[in-house]
Amino acid sequence: MTSTLNQRFTFDTFVVGAANRLAVTAGRTVAENPGSAYNPLFIYSGSGLGKTHVLMGIGHAAKALAPQLNIEYLTLDEYVEAFHAAIAAGQGDAFRRRFQNVGVLLVDDVQFLTNRKEMQAELLRLTEALQQAGHQIVLASDRPPAEIADLDERLISRFSGGLVVDMGVPDYETRVAILRRKADERGTAFQPGVLETIAKIEFPNVRELMGALNRIVAFQAVNDTPLNEEAVRKVLGIPTGAPPTAASPTAASPDEFSQFLTDVTTTVGKAVEAWRARVTEAVLRWEGEGYRTGRLQKLLDQHTPPAVDEEIAAYVQDVERLKALAAEVATLDPQAAGDKVFHDPERMEDAEATAARVRDGAAPPPAPSAVFPLDGYMPGPSNEVAVSAARDVIAKPGKKYNPLVIVGKSGLGKTHLLNAIGLALARKKGAIVACLSTQGFVDELIAAIDGNRVDWWRARYRRCTALLLDDIQLLAGKQRTQEELFNLFNQFLDAERQLVFTAPAHPNTLEGLEERIVSRLEGGLVVEVGEPDKEVRRRALERLLKHQHVAADAALLDYLGDRPVDSVRTLSGLVQRVVEAAAAQDTAVTAGLAREVLEGAPPAGARRTAGARTSGLVVSSAGGVRSREKMVWDWPASADRVIEDLR
Amino acid sequence: MSLVNFTSREITCKIVYYGPGRSGKTTNLHYIYERVPDTRRGRMVSLATQTDRTLFFDFLPIDLGQISGFSTRFQLYTVPGQVYYNATRRLVLQGADGVVFVGDSQARQLDENIESLQNLQANLLEHGVDVRTMPLVMQYNKQDLPRELILTPAELDDALNFRSVPSFAADALHGKGVFEALKAISELVLKKLAAGSPAT
Repeated sequence: MTSTLNQRFTFDTFVVGAANRLAVTAGRTVAENPGSAYNPLFIYSGSGLGKTHVLMGIGHAAKALAPQLNIEYLTLDEYVEAFHAAIAAGQGDAFRRRFQNVGVLLVDDVQFLTNRKEMQAELLRLTEALQQAGHQIVLASDRPPAEIADLDERLISRFSGGLVVDMGVPDYETRVAILRRKADERGTAFQPGVLETIAKIEFPNVRELMGALNRIVAFQAVNDTPLNEEAVRKVLGIPTGAPPTAASPTAASPDEFSQFLTDVTTTVGKAVEAWRARVTEAVLRWEGEGYRTGRLQKLLDQHTPPAVDEEIAAYVQDVERLKALAAEVATLDPQAAGDKVFHDPERMEDAEATAARVRDGAAPPPAPSAVFPLDGYMPGPSNEVAVSAARDVIAKPGKKYNPLVIVGKSGLGKTHLLNAIGLALARKKGAIVACLSTQGFVDELIAAIDGNRVDWWRARYRRCTALLLDDIQLLAGKQRTQEELFNLFNQFLDAERQLVFTAPAHPNTLEGLEERIVSRLEGGLVVEVGEPDKEVRRRALERLLKHQHVAADAALLDYLGDRPVDSVRTLSGLVQRVVEAAAAQDTAVTAGLAREVLEGAPPAGARRTAGARTSGLVVSSAGGVRSREKMVWDWPASADRVIEDLR
Repeated sequence: MSLVNFTSREITCKIVYYGPGRSGKTTNLHYIYERVPDTRRGRMVSLATQTDRTLFFDFLPIDLGQISGFSTRFQLYTVPGQVYYNATRRLVLQGADGVVFVGDSQARQLDENIESLQNLQANLLEHGVDVRTMPLVMQYNKQDLPRELILTPAELDDALNFRSVPSFAADALHGKGVFEALKAISELVLKKLAAGSPAT
């Protein structure tokens, strides 16, 4: 359940500035002398300032110095989940033992301890055990211990007992250094002054700084010439300024001791019968991982060495199979993966049966709608950046722009673009694409909570290779969904799986979204879809008229194309009205008719139809919607209804 | 008390540093303590008088981790060297698996060394242990002092090492002979444990 350390997050790739030097130095010290320098080390900072990076950096550095050291990185949420799974499987003690044997434990997002009394008690116990054993614990949070609401006093004092350091917003020079490094990593060259211009903006965190860089990269990709300073200012629009270095102490080498250890090992090895040692080693190892070892222990009761190696090999093979089954089941239903049968090599058949049951019950997440292909999307100057970004995302999912946030007003085709990306991604091999409305996402979670299947719900999304959510603003005020999305978000980013969202406006202007979500949204690429320009309108008209089987003459196209509309959807409404009117009068659709319908003096027969109350609902005149009462334009106008009532 | 415990798969060895007062027993433990990685050592417990003499005993647990499937732990003890703490010495010696005799190489301390060695023999006997069956190594400490003040290892062997057990010239302050003695006693103890342990 624990996450692996992201290879990109090492101290070498971390740009050190005045605001974070203390945290990085403390981190390096801890990595070099785990358990002795500052224990626990508590790092806090606002969202997007590099806590996770430093945490993983400590892990990498400690691993590099002592490869045999057992290092675990996990978020509090993963810890909680692993704990629950262990408890469910009756493996509570094994779980505790496992964490007590960790040499360096890195726990991220500890702020989520709020309102989790039982986890606080568990973490307190673990912290004490690790400290006593001289093992290192490093915690990261978005606020200092004392400000984590509802946190046990004992935990506060324990956390504060080590070293508490914060990381601030990077200064101008650091920001420039970060931008240069990131631009290098992306292999993108900029004109002189461009990066400095971006760095002048005082972003509240590094993630948003990366978002700004992404924007510039995206804009430069659709322009033939590199962006200059002025263009950058136009794309971003705002301006503001200290120095970077790092320190590293060294540790004494335990050479004499290592030598001693090797010698003792040799002596013990000679003293214990070799086959017994092999069996005990295997027993210890698998017992430590929570597997039942009765089969191996029976070997020890025998006097003469049986076919030890074969027995152990067979056992290991069974365990590997169990692991594979458990892993497969975990992606479908984590709760089921905690089942005892997956830890008992003597019950292989039961394990296979349980896995088969879970497999049958798994349902794929909602897929993108096939009615929105990318070639059906009309590109034009108003949306070319968005379309270009979409193509980039399709070409390199998870690598180039992650997340991609498409913003724009209603009816401009965000949903279309979202589904189009989803469809293209879903065509890739092994892809599982979840594409749905945010409302649907929230409803599913509520249903899962109601059915006590949250684990199953989570697993369903976790195994997706891409997650696309429409109308992300609907998350406002839905804290639980935001928390779940936040966790998914991190997992997707770590695993370089693509995230795409749509929103009516820039994420940082949306109300009711938590800071951590906003900063993550801003940290990818935010592209706008503008009101359709003439080119887009014209192409859209051609397509709409073709759908209605109407011959598009130039006059009609010119007239409709010049109508003041703010979205393709409105345009579609106009076309609909004109086509309806033409059908009612049994005449051809012409520019003249369109003008009559849209600007007044409508023909008698089309009077009711011409009420300006289209819903935007597109109904084919060929009768796409059969039920007439559902057609808004057939309802009597309100004036008529009043008269009828009076009579 | 020492054991190769096949049920709990543990090996625990108790090694006692024995010798006259001020011969450098605690220094041995300090040196080892500093070389053992944090993750492997427990807290070193030292009960000392104001003048830094060991009052009761020093205790240093070291976890050697998994060796051949056994979780192996060493417990290192020192005894107070001064004559009047004999009760404590006897207590610490109880259940010992091996003894490192830390001798003082200074010529004028020879009598103290002999007295302490005899005391070791007597105390072991009180526990019903024959010194000839107890794994023992000799460490001649303070070999860094000027030649004219000390006896050579060969002279000390003649004077003290009747049983011809492994002996080491040492300078515990700087680490010479410290791990060598520990390694030698460990080997003796482990060999004896293996020989004496039941088949399962």
